Parts: sequence; C-alpha cells; structure tokens
Amino acid sequence: MSTAKSTPRERRLTRVERRLIASKNRLSSPWASGIALVIAMLWTVPTIGLLVTSFRGNRRQITSSGWWEALAPANWGSFSLVNYETALGAQNKLGDYFTNSLVVTLPSVLIPITLALLAAYAFAWTEFRGRNILFIAIFSLQVVPIQVTMIPLLTQYVNWGLEGTFWVLWLSHAMFGLPLAIFLLHNFMREIPRELIEAARVDGAGHVQVFLRVVMPLMTPAIASFAIFQFLWVWNDLLVALAFAGNTPEVAPLTARLSDMVGSRGSAWHLLSAGAFISMVVPVAVFLALQRFFVRGLLAGSVKG
Amino acid sequence: MELFLHPESPGEKLLLMVIAIAIFVAVTGAILGLLSLPKRAPRWLTPLGFLAPAVVAVCFGLVYPAAVTVGNSFKDRTGQEFVGLDNYAQAFTEGQFLIVLRNSVLWVVLVPLLATAMGLLYAALVDRTRFEKTAKTLMFLPMAISMVGASIIWKFVYDNKVGLLSQAYVWVASLFGQEVTAPQWLMNAPANTAFLIVVMVWIQAGFAMTVLSAAIKAIPDEINEAALLDGLSQWQLFRTITIPMIRPSIVVVLTTVAMTSLKAFDVVRTMTGGNFDTSVIANEFYTQSFTNQNKGMGAALAVLLFVIIIPVIVYNVRQLRKSEEVRR
Repeated sequence: MSTAKSTPRERRLTRVERRLIASKNRLSSPWASGIALVIAMLWTVPTIGLLVTSFRGNRRQITSSGWWEALAPANWGSFSLVNYETALGAQNKLGDYFTNSLVVTLPSVLIPITLALLAAYAFAWTEFRGRNILFIAIFSLQVVPIQVTMIPLLTQYVNWGLEGTFWVLWLSHAMFGLPLAIFLLHNFMREIPRELIEAARVDGAGHVQVFLRVVMPLMTPAIASFAIFQFLWVWNDLLVALAFAGNTPEVAPLTARLSDMVGSRGSAWHLLSAGAFISMVVPVAVFLALQRFFVRGLLAGSVKG
Repeated sequence: MELFLHPESPGEKLLLMVIAIAIFVAVTGAILGLLSLPKRAPRWLTPLGFLAPAVVAVCFGLVYPAAVTVGNSFKDRTGQEFVGLDNYAQAFTEGQFLIVLRNSVLWVVLVPLLATAMGLLYAALVDRTRFEKTAKTLMFLPMAISMVGASIIWKFVYDNKVGLLSQAYVWVASLFGQEVTAPQWLMNAPANTAFLIVVMVWIQAGFAMTVLSAAIKAIPDEINEAALLDGLSQWQLFRTITIPMIRPSIVVVLTTVAMTSLKAFDVVRTMTGGNFDTSVIANEFYTQSFTNQNKGMGAALAVLLFVIIIPVIVYNVRQLRKSEEVRR
C-alpha cells in the first residue's frame, strides 16, 4: 500500500485538494448525513422548544398546549415579550439575580487567574527547594471534590460573620479554581522559550519585571482559555451558590433562584422559560465569541467538574 | 460597613464589586512592588512572594476543610460524638442509601458510555463536511449553559401534558390505534433515573465530540488514504483504523465524563429534588448536610465521592500523558 501512496501523482496534490476529495467522499453517503441530521435535531429541538415557549404570550396556553402549536402561522400573533417583562418585573426581579450573577462572577474569575499566574511563574521560572513536590501537591488537589470542603468552610465563614455575603462566594470560587488554573497556566508558561526569559534576566530585569513585561503579554491566549472556563464554571455553578448563598436572595445568583423556582412553582412555565433564557444569554454569548480559546483549553487536558 | 457586607441595590452591588477588585489589584501590586524593591534580596524571597497567596488559599480552601470532613465522617450528626464507621455502614446497608448508590453506579457507567458513543458517532459523521463547524457548535452549546438551564429545557420535554416526549408517545400510540395519556415520566422509578441520565448525556456529549473530533483530525491523512486504497469501506476504516488510533482519547473522555457525572448534582436537584428514588451520592450529600443537618452522614458521603474519584483520576492522568504522546 505504501507504493500506491507515494506515486508522484499523489504527491502533487496539496493538502487542500485532498481535503476536498475527502469531503466529497463523506457527503456522498445519504445515510451518514441523515443520521447526523437526526442527532443535530435531538441536540437542538429541546432548546428551541423552550425558546418558543418563552415568547408565547398566552400563559394559559403554555400549560395546556405544546409549544409546536404556537408555530402555526395562525398563532404567530400571540408571540410577545410579556414573559420576559414578568420575569424581570417588580414581583420576580430576575434582573436583580442577574446582577448578582455578574457581581459574583467577575471577581471570581479575576482573582484565581492573577494568583495562579504568579504561582505558575514561580513554578516555571524560579528555583527553590521542594518545587516539584509542591507543584505535584497542588496539581493533585484537583482530585478534591468541592463537596468535601463545604461544611468546614461554611462553619469558618459563620464564625467570621461573613456567611451569605459576596465575599465568601468570591473567596470560595477563587480557592476552588486555583489548582486547575495553576496547572493549566503552568503548562502554557513552560512553553515560553527559555532564552527569552534568560536574556531579560541578563539585561538586569528582576523577576517582577520579567513577569510583567515578558511573560504576561505572551500568556494572553492561555489566560483567555482559562478565563472562559472559569467564567462558565462560576456563572453556571449551583452547588457553591446554594451552599454559601442559598438562603440569601440579595446574593444568590440566577442558577440558585431558577433551581428554587422549578421546585416551588413547577408550573410557572412562562417565568421559568424566560428566566432560563435570561440566564443563558451571557454564557452563550461568551462561549460563541471565545469558542476558539475554550476548545484550546479543553484539549490542553483541562477539565473541571 | 453595610455597603461592604450587605449591599442592597444593583448599583451598590456593582460598586462593591469594583471596590473589591480594586483592593485585590492594590494588594497584588503592593506584593509585586515589594518584591522588586531590594537589590540584594535573598533568592528564596521571590518564589515565596509569588507562591504564598496561592498556597495559603488552597491550604485554607481545600486541604484543611478536606481533613476536617474526613474527621467528621466518623462522628455523629452533630459532629460531637465519635461513632466509628457507623455512617459508612449505614450508607452501605440502609435501603434508601442503597438506591442512591445504585443510581450513582448507573450514572457513572451509562452517562460516559452514551455521551462518548454519541459524541464519537457525531464527530465521525460531520468530519470534513461542509457544515462541520456549525454542526459541532450545535452539539457543543449545551456545555455553555448551566445544568440548571438544561434541566429546565428537559423538564419541558418530559412534561406529561405539553412535553415533546409525551406528545411523541401519544402520536406513536395512536399509530397503533391506541388512545393513551402520557405517564409522569419523572415520577416512576426506575425509568425516571434513565430520563435524568439522558439529560446529562445531552449536556456532556459536546465535550466528548470536541475532544474526539480533534483526535480524529490528528490521524495522518496518509494512513486513511492508504487504507481506502487498500479497499476498506468507510465503516471498516472507522472500526479498524480510527477507533484504535484514538483509543487513548476515548479513555480520557470516558473517565472525565464519569467524574463529572459522579460529582454533579444540579440535574437531580433541579428536576426531581432527589425524590421518587432518583437521588445520587452528590445530591444525597447536599440533602444530608444542608436539609437534614446530618453532619456526619454528609461528611461520609462526601468522603465516599472523594475515594471513588481518586483511582479514576490517577488512571485518567496516565492516559492523558499517553494521548499527548500520541498527538505529538
């Protein structure tokens, strides 16, 4: 088979041309396309159903007829924004929970990234005794499920009188995010050429200068990768939110509120559908804008759960 | 002080956030400033300054509480009396907990298998087609939304009046000339656990698809071409070349999804609250710790999660190394 592969005629095809030929092969199978289409529908139709529901103006119909009936042209007139108005209005105040989500998330992304960048730099570019052991220790802390830490942390927060404040949410998310952040950023940081760092050091730059002037600019893609991870993780988190802010509406993020609404008002579909989409807008936008970085981080072996 | 601990209006909250970020930036700046001051600082000072904040944070946030929890798991519900292995014995013998364990096993086995199979199939099907990018985004999007959001989406599919599944059930029955009303999908054990698992598969398949798609693309074109020239069909190529070549990635995906499924409680919490025999360890941990105030039992369940995860992660890291070697 190797002889066939290395004939001169084969060689002359560029990579692009070969891709074209390959893609032609794939498309020719109607079965494959059909199955792919069915799977794609299974993965999108449930979301579309909720989206359509959230725009159905007639509250009674939402609980008595399926959302697909609203798609009939005769029913188009009933689409409206009224569910979003109710959800964000004075009674349900989902807008306030949206603010909470935002206020919880931004520092919870910024703090662990900064601390992890510092630590990753120390692990990658400074010498000290016990460096490898300490790195492995922090790396292995990714094993700890956060459930294991909840009650003792909560006890500590109560002792400090800080329970149910933004401070403990920021602190908790930052601490839980650190092992993965240090591991991931360290991996990227090791790939900076040694000569670059050493040249700067020889020129008399201290570690702080090297960190700020040489390393940081090169780390932007890595920072973006981890930032989007941590952003989605914190914004979508339910466990930390329930444990540390579950009974405090002033602090609770959207996820905690929505989860509570499903339980207590299971039939308030008009509110839930609009609320769910309000909570999805930001992560989906961030994800679509930064998908490239997200996939990169994912493939770097960084998976948190 | 009120602003610092209990801001009320959205404006105050945002202000507090900005203040907190400013404090953090100032402290970090001060540390960096101090580190760059002395001309002849001892060599250990820099690593210490760079590492101390992170090390203190993980010790306080992970190491110390984990140790306390292990201790608590041997104590009674108030955390006062030492009760030995009673909590663990109860978790492995009492009927209610046995159902929790059974469900957890189902989750940990079925979610990774189904999500990986779906992701792999889809990745192979859309590979190098014209709509590859869009098609992949469709399956990946559930990863971007919260599990709470996904649960609400699926609550809708499962609703016994207006849910799509219920409607499909009625349609199919009517094809056979039957008049039926759809059952309460989420209330009838043990099938309800399967319906919850479907939701988790729906969430996780995108991850499997992305990693496996990258692995498939890493296979050199020459190998595929040679196999096709040898007369292999697409299916034979997939079975005898593609799958063996991406095996390490498949293992990584399986173990990673298994760990995620073990630790996640959002779907169960949101969709059934753990009622109707659907609870899993991660959800039972929450119920015992926060609803039932049974500190000892909650701690024992958390430790159980921990103990199950360790060997999986060790295995995972080994496989990850291997798959990275393959990719290079």
